[in-house]
Amino acid sequence: MTDTIKSNNSDIPESEQRRDFLYLTTAGMGAVAACSVAWPFVKSMTPAADVLAVSSIEVDLTPIKMGQGITEMWRGQPVFIRRRTAKEIEMARSVDISSLRDKQTDEERVQKAEWLITMGVCTHLGCVPLGQKPTEARGDFGGWFCPCHGSHYDTSGRIRKGPAPKNLPVPEYKFITDTKIKIG
Amino acid sequence: MANKSREKFDNSVIEWIDSRLPLFTMMQKEYGVFPTPKNFNYFWNFGAIAMFMLVTMLLTGIFLAMNYTPHVDMAFDSVERIMRDVEYGWLIRYIHMNGASFFFIAVFIHIFRGLYYGSYKQPRELLWILGVVIFLLMMATAFMGYVLPWGQMSLWGAKVITNLFSAIPIVGDDIVTFLLGGFTVANPTLNRFFALHYLLPFVIFAVVFLHVWALHVTGSNNPLGIDVKSSKDTIPFNPYYTIKDSFGLLLFIAIYAIFIFYAPNYLGHPDNYIPANPMQTPPHIVPEWYFLPFYAILRSITFDFNIYILASLGLFALSISPLYCENIAKKINCLASIVFAIAGGALFVLGYLSQIDAENGGKIISLPFHDFAIIDAKLGGVLAMFGAIAMLFLLPWLDTHPVRSATFRPWFKIAVLILVVDFVFLGVVGGKPAEGIWPMAGLIATGIYYIFFLVICPFLSKYEKAKPLPESIHQAVLDKSGK
Repeated sequence: MTDTIKSNNSDIPESEQRRDFLYLTTAGMGAVAACSVAWPFVKSMTPAADVLAVSSIEVDLTPIKMGQGITEMWRGQPVFIRRRTAKEIEMARSVDISSLRDKQTDEERVQKAEWLITMGVCTHLGCVPLGQKPTEARGDFGGWFCPCHGSHYDTSGRIRKGPAPKNLPVPEYKFITDTKIKIG
Repeated sequence: MANKSREKFDNSVIEWIDSRLPLFTMMQKEYGVFPTPKNFNYFWNFGAIAMFMLVTMLLTGIFLAMNYTPHVDMAFDSVERIMRDVEYGWLIRYIHMNGASFFFIAVFIHIFRGLYYGSYKQPRELLWILGVVIFLLMMATAFMGYVLPWGQMSLWGAKVITNLFSAIPIVGDDIVTFLLGGFTVANPTLNRFFALHYLLPFVIFAVVFLHVWALHVTGSNNPLGIDVKSSKDTIPFNPYYTIKDSFGLLLFIAIYAIFIFYAPNYLGHPDNYIPANPMQTPPHIVPEWYFLPFYAILRSITFDFNIYILASLGLFALSISPLYCENIAKKINCLASIVFAIAGGALFVLGYLSQIDAENGGKIISLPFHDFAIIDAKLGGVLAMFGAIAMLFLLPWLDTHPVRSATFRPWFKIAVLILVVDFVFLGVVGGKPAEGIWPMAGLIATGIYYIFFLVICPFLSKYEKAKPLPESIHQAVLDKSGK
């Protein structure tokens, strides 16, 4: 094919650059076309509208006794709500902050000292830590213990020992009344 | 082109097809008269056995899919329906379930064969790499298949494994959301895992085709690891190895059948017969047995890579660098290497201890910047696990010793057998709760695994003196039968 073009245009000096430009433009447009075809397929794998639809829950705190914890389901994941005893609050606040892996004071993590609200998802690999029921292991620091890979959380939900890199995250919530919260 | 040298077939129907599409000629060439070294031992059965397992999994899987429902509300029940109501559903499911384990058994032995007899060496590097690709695809497929029954282990195994990707800095969480199709393992996840679990075996099939193609270009390795020199060294594949493979395959199937009929759940976890519950983590999440060694490597990194640990890894790299580069070898002598290694070891211990809590709450030793994690423990574990598989990809360039078979390499033989013991031990560690001495045992075993590939292989490539090789396969076979 190249030979034909050459012979037809034998009087015109061969311009490699022009031909290169055509090749590269064609390849470039082809790549753009391929990407734009691929995009809907890639995008279809991201969370769908129904999954994204924001949901919030309201939780009544009145039935929770001192020292007791409950687990609520929010956006498909458990949320831990624990009513902490004075001793547990004291344990959480007497810690030397500089010794923590993820440095946060207990005051930063709660709105009311008595109520600790965190996601119930271990920051290591997403297991639900034990410790909500009195019969379950609570780890070395009186909070939660993740059975999967042995992460210990304290009474403020902070990581103290084991592989998890972060504290249990605190979801967005507010007190609607003294005994009712809205998560999300 | 092949048609020109084609021999005519007597059967007129076969001849009609073959002259238009030389399928029969190809089969005759590649599986009939294909010249194969005549000294294979039974380790050479496992390629054919793995192929048989792949076909078994494909067939049983297609029939299971006809009765399975990939929805979180129905998946568990649809599997129970297969077990109770579908005619022979129990049999097909047990063949498939145990088939995954036996596929991995065959492939692990097949990989060991390659390691021991040096089948990854020139000219078979690409053949080996295609094999590692198949192994990776198998792991992905098996993982997604285990999620489908939607039991407790399905759900929590999926959570733990998909969460691995959140260790990637910055974009990790977004990648996890993308993979799951949501914020947690839920219906969109189950749906796509089913689609991919159905797709990937066919991808495996395609890569197996390339693997076999590459094998038929270079020809098989053999227990002596020496090249085929003349037609005296080989025998035709059929009937000699079709028979030998069939015999081995029958024995393998017999053991497989014992599990299917008498211990179908022995290799599984009872927890997976509890429907998935996102509110309740099982007390002890364990992957399937074939993932345990890699799981142990993942869990062995319980510490952050702070400046001390990273500096120690740098010193280790410096201490082994003479093995990789002649120019460096001129500058760093043996003594310097040992000094670097010891200094690296000491720094590692310091960096490790600086992160370990003493009983009273403080750190055992206090160092400046000890809690500044450049790579955190989670990412470190993920890198260690994927690195363990990367070692297999790199093996042809780590072990460059000219002699292939461990039979003639007394030191390599010991090293590779230690690696096998270490790998099995990692499997044991992976099955234990992450408490007591097990994380430390896992760390040491992980270290040994890496030392084999990064230190022992290049070291032996450089210094090991091999035993004299036999003149030819033919001669070796004659000598053996003559005694």
